[in-house]
Amino acid sequence: MKTNIVNGDIRIGFYICHCGHNIAGVVDCVAVARDIERMPGVVVSRDYKYMCSDPGQELIREDIRELGLNRVVVASCSPLLHEQTFRNAVESGGLNRYFFQMVNIREHDSWVHTDRAEATKKAIELARAAVKRVRFHSALETVRVPIHPDVLVVGGGIAGIHAALTLANAGKKVFLVERDPSIGGHMAKFDKTFPTLDCAACILTPKMSAVRANKNIKLWTYSEVAKVEGYVGNYTVTVRRKPRYVNEDLCVGCQECIEACVFKEGKYPDEFNVGLSKRKPIYIPFPQAVPQVVVIDPERCLQLKSGRCKKTCIEACADRHAIDFTQKEELVEIKVGNIIVATGFKLFDAKRIPQYGYGLYPNVVTSIELERLVTSSGPTGGEVVMRDGRTPQSVAFILCVGSRDFRTNRWCSRTCCMHSMKLAQLVREHTGADVTAFYLDIRAPGKGCEEFYDKSLKDGIQFVRGRVAEVTDWALTPEEEGKLVIRAEDTLAGVVRRIPVDMIVLAVGMEPQADAQAVRRLFNMSCGTEGWFLEKHPKLAPVSTFTDGVFIAGCCQGPKDIPDSIAQAGAAAAEAMALIDRGYIEQEPNTAYVAEEDCSGCKSCLPLCPYTAISLDGATQKARINATLCKGCGTCVAACPSGSIHQHLFEDDEIFSEIEGVLTHA
Amino acid sequence: MKYAYFPGCSLKGLGRAYEESLLPVMERLGVELVELDDWNCCGATAYMSVDERKACILAARNLAIAEKTGTYDLVTPCSACYLVLNKTKHYLADSPEINASVQRALGAAGLRYGGNTLVRHPLDILVNDVGLDVIREKVVRPLKGLKVAPYYGCQVVRPYATFDDAWNPTTMDRLLTTLGAEVVPYPLKTKCCGGSLTGTLPETGLRLTYILLKEAVRRGADVIATICPLCQFNLDAYHDQLTRQWGPVPIPTVYFTQLMGLAFGLPESQLGLNRNFVRMKPLPALPAKA
Amino acid sequence: MIQVPRTVKYEAERVKGFGREIMSTPGCEQLVRCIQCGTCSGTCPLSVYMEHSPRQIMALVRADFKDEVLRSRSIWLCASCYACTVECPREIRITDIMYALKQRAILEEIYPKRFPIPILAKEFFKMVHSKGRITETLLVMRLFLKANWRAVLSSWRQGIGLIRTGRFVLRHERIEHREQLARMLDSDLHDAPPTTRKEAA
Repeated sequence: MKTNIVNGDIRIGFYICHCGHNIAGVVDCVAVARDIERMPGVVVSRDYKYMCSDPGQELIREDIRELGLNRVVVASCSPLLHEQTFRNAVESGGLNRYFFQMVNIREHDSWVHTDRAEATKKAIELARAAVKRVRFHSALETVRVPIHPDVLVVGGGIAGIHAALTLANAGKKVFLVERDPSIGGHMAKFDKTFPTLDCAACILTPKMSAVRANKNIKLWTYSEVAKVEGYVGNYTVTVRRKPRYVNEDLCVGCQECIEACVFKEGKYPDEFNVGLSKRKPIYIPFPQAVPQVVVIDPERCLQLKSGRCKKTCIEACADRHAIDFTQKEELVEIKVGNIIVATGFKLFDAKRIPQYGYGLYPNVVTSIELERLVTSSGPTGGEVVMRDGRTPQSVAFILCVGSRDFRTNRWCSRTCCMHSMKLAQLVREHTGADVTAFYLDIRAPGKGCEEFYDKSLKDGIQFVRGRVAEVTDWALTPEEEGKLVIRAEDTLAGVVRRIPVDMIVLAVGMEPQADAQAVRRLFNMSCGTEGWFLEKHPKLAPVSTFTDGVFIAGCCQGPKDIPDSIAQAGAAAAEAMALIDRGYIEQEPNTAYVAEEDCSGCKSCLPLCPYTAISLDGATQKARINATLCKGCGTCVAACPSGSIHQHLFEDDEIFSEIEGVLTHA
Repeated sequence: MKYAYFPGCSLKGLGRAYEESLLPVMERLGVELVELDDWNCCGATAYMSVDERKACILAARNLAIAEKTGTYDLVTPCSACYLVLNKTKHYLADSPEINASVQRALGAAGLRYGGNTLVRHPLDILVNDVGLDVIREKVVRPLKGLKVAPYYGCQVVRPYATFDDAWNPTTMDRLLTTLGAEVVPYPLKTKCCGGSLTGTLPETGLRLTYILLKEAVRRGADVIATICPLCQFNLDAYHDQLTRQWGPVPIPTVYFTQLMGLAFGLPESQLGLNRNFVRMKPLPALPAKA
Repeated sequence: MIQVPRTVKYEAERVKGFGREIMSTPGCEQLVRCIQCGTCSGTCPLSVYMEHSPRQIMALVRADFKDEVLRSRSIWLCASCYACTVECPREIRITDIMYALKQRAILEEIYPKRFPIPILAKEFFKMVHSKGRITETLLVMRLFLKANWRAVLSSWRQGIGLIRTGRFVLRHERIEHREQLARMLDSDLHDAPPTTRKEAA
């Protein structure tokens, strides 16, 4: 990075951008340029339509070469947008990139004011401040921070699995941490997936096995992230591994211990079958679980709760000794460079809308419950039956349950129209029942989805456009006796209808996980008003967050279907890989440093640093700041009683001259 | 315990049995109800159909009179009065223009309203202020074996569900259980009875009334307990027309306060039970003590 | 000649600004976000008797079809049970909009002749204005006389029942300070109609 000082003089180039009409529409750019031209040290003062464009940048480069500029000021938009662009231009013109100062006269001036005279005066004052300041800039070098090559993926659903496999196949070491005893997420519970109706297990289980087999993936299930410290490229994560009371390395998943358990039958609601069947205290989540390892529920196991049990499970595992009641929770610390959060969603609790009778009428079920009924490996072996064992002759689907509703969740859950149509087709196929879907809108974007809607119509599913207000069990006509009655306005036909059905399926919407707030704080992420994790930019950066090195993928960012979740997972993996393969990030040199001759060794600064970047040098007994850990927050600079700590890019004379520029005239 | 009391026009006319049973029951529980001095009609649903601002002025006069007494809790048994007075309070709080008009109008009568009156329903007072324990103590003749369908109607629970759930209120259910009665699950407990449409457009209003009675009979109830004078009138006084048009629905409808009075051992004549068109059958005999 | 009716709605039929006027009544602003889902009609117990369902009335109001809305019997069939208001997923106060439409119809005298419900509302209004309270039996008798005197004949049995049970009260209910009330009710004659209201909680 060459500096370019001719005869020791400061030679400043000032450029004000019109930004099309954005700035020039309110600020008189020519007047600003003419005012700045008169300032001491200013060699050239130009106004131009689009400074960030190639010709605009070339102006800067040319002036540095031809006019021997050694300082550059650009008054245009937000530094968040183009500071890097202009710094790059300055550097390619042969000048150290930090001899540059940017002034925001768009977001801070033209976009928020309407009075032309006042706005121009403000632009002049801000520009003057920058011109005065830039004199005191010095040549700085960026610090390179190495990126640790390992990645942490949080959440073992389809998004987490895909991200982990993509990274692992590229040779990166991945820690995949999943809270449930098995990976697979919600997708493992599905029967067939829309719009192709291929079997969810058939496409998911190979990926789950691949995770298990991949040498680069360390799979930690039944584990949660407890603490995250550090910053991009250098995270220290503490993972809490919950005790399964079964040794993962010894268990082969033969399940003889489950057979032998003193509980002869399942007694507790089976989580995988969403409560439609029962399991024992010792169980394996589902037959294709990865890892194929048994888990013991400490809340329900007799031995763990009372200490008094025959422990027939241990007998059954006599040759492998995999069961270990002495297992304890383990806290493991790992170092990673990037984190991908793919923690998924939870379903809306249908009990919150008592009008639909969930929990009151036994034959009102949710979409996920029907999903388990329809699956051939489910609790009823694929038979769609009601709770009393009868096969329904008429089934109604109620869409938008807990979605698009100001009283519960305002958003559209995006997948339930397609999901409901899929279930409707499967119910028709399995039972031949009359199926009616009550909807507000049918949302079927995506490849093959409109065709799927068409197939639903061809399958003879009745669609009634009318949001259901309530489900009742009192009859007005003989045909309604003993059935659940839906009264809704068929808005398209323009008439109120009463439709009696045997079974009702509620298409419950998606919501952020119950502990989403706690999780996002763990990873220093923001969330939107609806509770979904916040992406850095809704269009341009959907998988990045405002914290460098932390990425999001899948439904934790917002409701979406499987193809979109996988796309986001791949995108997040690519973003992480970009950082890892580059190997370093260039840290802004706005770090603090100690002028040792002024430091008295009082140690006031040491405990103040949130990044533990300050230490006391044993030999000199003076404070020392680690530039790679320092994030430039300025706390120590302000606190130092002897004023011996300074900060690059925020030196005292830089700041005071800026203040002078704003307040004085000419 | 002392409360201001707003009977409303209906409790002096068609719904007089409500007042006749409410007052002795409250007295037995040691609750003093002081009728509001020179109260005027609340306006019900009809007045609001003509002029919104005048309707607020009309209702606000009562609120102001109540506030002046210093007793801020105003017990309002009639559902329509309960709704209109609460609605006016909301309008006064949310609309500065309506509030200004109303204050001006009140000023023209030498009154003012500072927003302190609380409009409350007797069910709320009985279950939440007096308490079910106290009520249980006063029960001398438990209503054992009596199957009651609790009917709330619409205007007490909607749109301001202040003391109970709008979809499935249970205050009266719990009260009836405390009296010893068997509460029949009644899914139409908050469905509209037809309101004033039974008189103006009978074929519409009466059908709604019929549906309520039919389902109560079907669920095996002996009697319907209600909290609104218009509901009671609709469910009680049209059985001839209903039977002719749709079929018999032999079930009486009484005020919940009348059932409370019976449980407290008060004489039937004092409770206005003779005012019913469809008389209640005598209470089931109590099981003989061993 | 066979008469074939033709139904098409031209823009000239719209009364531009009517929708906005109704929506500027306190409590009615949310109508702008109606998505026509039909929950209101589905839950309204009277919707099966209305020529326009509540949802259709909302659509017609937003589209400024003033005449069709105010001439419709639908708005008078609303029993103000508030089921629609409580169930609406957009939190639109449909019942209050129905009230605003009723007020408008009475103000402009657009309602079916001899239709009992607006007549009842007006008689109620007059009785309260003059007496301060309502005597139900007298009100009903006036209603029958003005709307449908034949109804008196068909309800004679009920009348006898009311007399028998002592609920037929003929004594005029009245308040003491009638002129005070009249003064209050007439005090707003010079006030402009309310135009704004904070979003109802």
